[in-house]
Amino acid sequence: MATSTTKARTGEEPPGRTGAAGTARRRGALMHRLDVKGAPYVFVAPFFVVFAAFSFYPLVYTSWISLHDVELATLDVMEWVAFDNYVELWGDSRFWNALQNTITIGVISTVPQLMMALGLAHLLNYRMRASLFFRVASLVPYATSVAAAALVFTMIFERDFGMINWALGTVGIDPVNWEADKWPAQAAISTIVIWRWTGYNALLYLAAMQAIPADRYEAASLDGASRWQQFIHVTVPGIRSTIVFTIVLSTIGATQLFGEPLIFGQGPNGITGGADNQYQTLGLLLYEEGWKNYQMGRSATVAWAMFMLLVLAFVAQRLIKRLRSRTS
Amino acid sequence: MGSLGSLRTRAVAAVAAVGALSLVVGCSSGDDSVTGGGKKDGKTVITMGMYGVMGIKETGLLEKYEKENPDVDIQAEIAGDEQTYYTALQTRLAAGKGLKDIQGIEIGRAKEITETQADKFADFSKTAGTDHFLPWKESQISTEDGKVLGLGTDIGPMAVCYRKDYFEQAGLPTDREEVAKLWAGDWKKYVEVGRTFKKDFKGDDVAYMDAASGLFNAMVYGYPEQYYNEQGDLIHETNPAVKEAWNLAADAGEEGLTAKLRQFQPGWDPGLANGTFATAVCPAWMLSHISEKAGEANKGKWDVARAPKGANWGGSFLGVIEQSPVKEEAKKLVAWLTAPEQQAHIFKEIGNIPSSEQALQSPDVKNAKSEYFSDAPIGQIFGAAAQEIPDKQVLGRKDGTIKDLFSQGLTLIEQGDSRDEAWKTTAERIEKAVG
Repeated sequence: MATSTTKARTGEEPPGRTGAAGTARRRGALMHRLDVKGAPYVFVAPFFVVFAAFSFYPLVYTSWISLHDVELATLDVMEWVAFDNYVELWGDSRFWNALQNTITIGVISTVPQLMMALGLAHLLNYRMRASLFFRVASLVPYATSVAAAALVFTMIFERDFGMINWALGTVGIDPVNWEADKWPAQAAISTIVIWRWTGYNALLYLAAMQAIPADRYEAASLDGASRWQQFIHVTVPGIRSTIVFTIVLSTIGATQLFGEPLIFGQGPNGITGGADNQYQTLGLLLYEEGWKNYQMGRSATVAWAMFMLLVLAFVAQRLIKRLRSRTS
Repeated sequence: MGSLGSLRTRAVAAVAAVGALSLVVGCSSGDDSVTGGGKKDGKTVITMGMYGVMGIKETGLLEKYEKENPDVDIQAEIAGDEQTYYTALQTRLAAGKGLKDIQGIEIGRAKEITETQADKFADFSKTAGTDHFLPWKESQISTEDGKVLGLGTDIGPMAVCYRKDYFEQAGLPTDREEVAKLWAGDWKKYVEVGRTFKKDFKGDDVAYMDAASGLFNAMVYGYPEQYYNEQGDLIHETNPAVKEAWNLAADAGEEGLTAKLRQFQPGWDPGLANGTFATAVCPAWMLSHISEKAGEANKGKWDVARAPKGANWGGSFLGVIEQSPVKEEAKKLVAWLTAPEQQAHIFKEIGNIPSSEQALQSPDVKNAKSEYFSDAPIGQIFGAAAQEIPDKQVLGRKDGTIKDLFSQGLTLIEQGDSRDEAWKTTAERIEKAVG
């Protein structure tokens, strides 16, 4: 790279010089400048081409659909309704219910998940035997397909013959109707999410932890800090940016929560998130509108509402951050 | 060094650009863009899409056809859940891509298909040798201008499946004739028997029936009109048949006569295997499911008695996609698969009741007995039930969806909601789903 930069600089011809050799040189220089300045754009182009095709275009098309009344079976017959779908969604109790469920399931799955991941990463960071085995093992749930995981958990949480109710029974606790009751159902779904993602986040934390210089720990232990104090005062501040990153990732993941509740309920009950919509997330509402009721317009509206919510969440987070840094 | 470097950059850039482009273009090709099979290596490839246990592949009919027609190769794909299957079918019909030559159509979707997708299915009205069906079966899949979009496979006449051993423990008769007499003529009597069962049953906790929704469906499907009238208007809120079925099913749910299960969903199968309920209202096609899930251990404990009233719950059709490259061959295959002999064969093997009047009259069907269900003469029971099905059956566009929503409404009652609350919720949901 260094050679080409010097060449680019020497390639700059003083103005006024003419002649065949000069033109050729100038052309060469132009090509070269294009090469140096243009190449990066070409290199990043594939991403943006793919982004335009698979993210931007669908986004625009979705917004276009959301302004229409259109059914899945007859996508070519569209009726312009402007913002009716949005107005309707605003007044739809199912939307607020789904939003509330998305938030509660998101909180009860993300918070414990990240805490456990932090603890797990801390343990994996110790020097121990077979550490590679444990690191790989912690990633196995993440590699399991959501369908397989959810199916197994559905059986474990089954009302009449599930393992958990059986275990509760042995200690004299009445069986819990996991699927039918709101909080047990949401807790069960969070369990699946936590099980799948804890190891993944732990490995992210672990990678960040290993970048913390060892002398910080040495200094801390010289100062008489216990392991716990080291964790709080050295490890956590050292990986703060990674923690923020995982929070962002988990928030996006929680907003789009779909597979776990769908398979947890199975069949029509999965799509509606339980007979009482007790665990219907926004993702499921979108699916119900689009692929059960075949109302693509309303489905697209939910999709846009979800997108706007994420944008709002990040704007709010930014504002809070800025306010904080100003006050402190 | 410099020029070599820039040459490399340029080459890499070109490759990257081409790569990105091919990624974008790549999506538009692939297997899904082709509809159906075609001619391959001198053989006619016919593809089929089906769901549940339609019995066509399971009983070896496809292999038989291939043997009789060595130049035909049939590739059948079966989805477990009809809802999932139909959603995929809708998506593909809308896209005009990824369709099979032959597609199964469930009765609850027949109206929607005839109203919105008629031009995408081939017409069977002029196909020879297809005049052996029950009169109402063919009309369900015919358009107003006389196009027939598919041929019928099975129908769903009803009976009640019950556990003899549990009936004995409750002091009830166990003989299927006497059991049928207990509730002959009125579903209310069926629930009444349940009250006796609940009171007198000695033993562990066993519910009288599996789910309130089963009873509801059985009652509603006994009337010519369910959720729509002949003009195509929604009448689910005013139809007395629906209200009556709802109230009786709600009674059963509120009084704890049900095991609070949801049919064809988790919990139901282990319920069958472990015997947590004594009866299930069973359309003919449900027998194969019960015997499979309840398993060898319960063989001979189950029996089948006549239902209080006739009704038709379920049944399917096979349609051929208009743009299929092997349309004529596919139509020939469908005509063969739904011919009386083949329908009788499926019935003998797994118990799906033929929609062909001719097959219903055949001795093979009439004299059939089910070993699993205590040698019950299912040919006679379901054959008689098939005659009780109302001759006229009005279908509606969103029948399938509305049925699911009513089932969920009854689940709400089983979970403790009041019936008025559950009715209100259900009505609102239907309004949103079909509006």
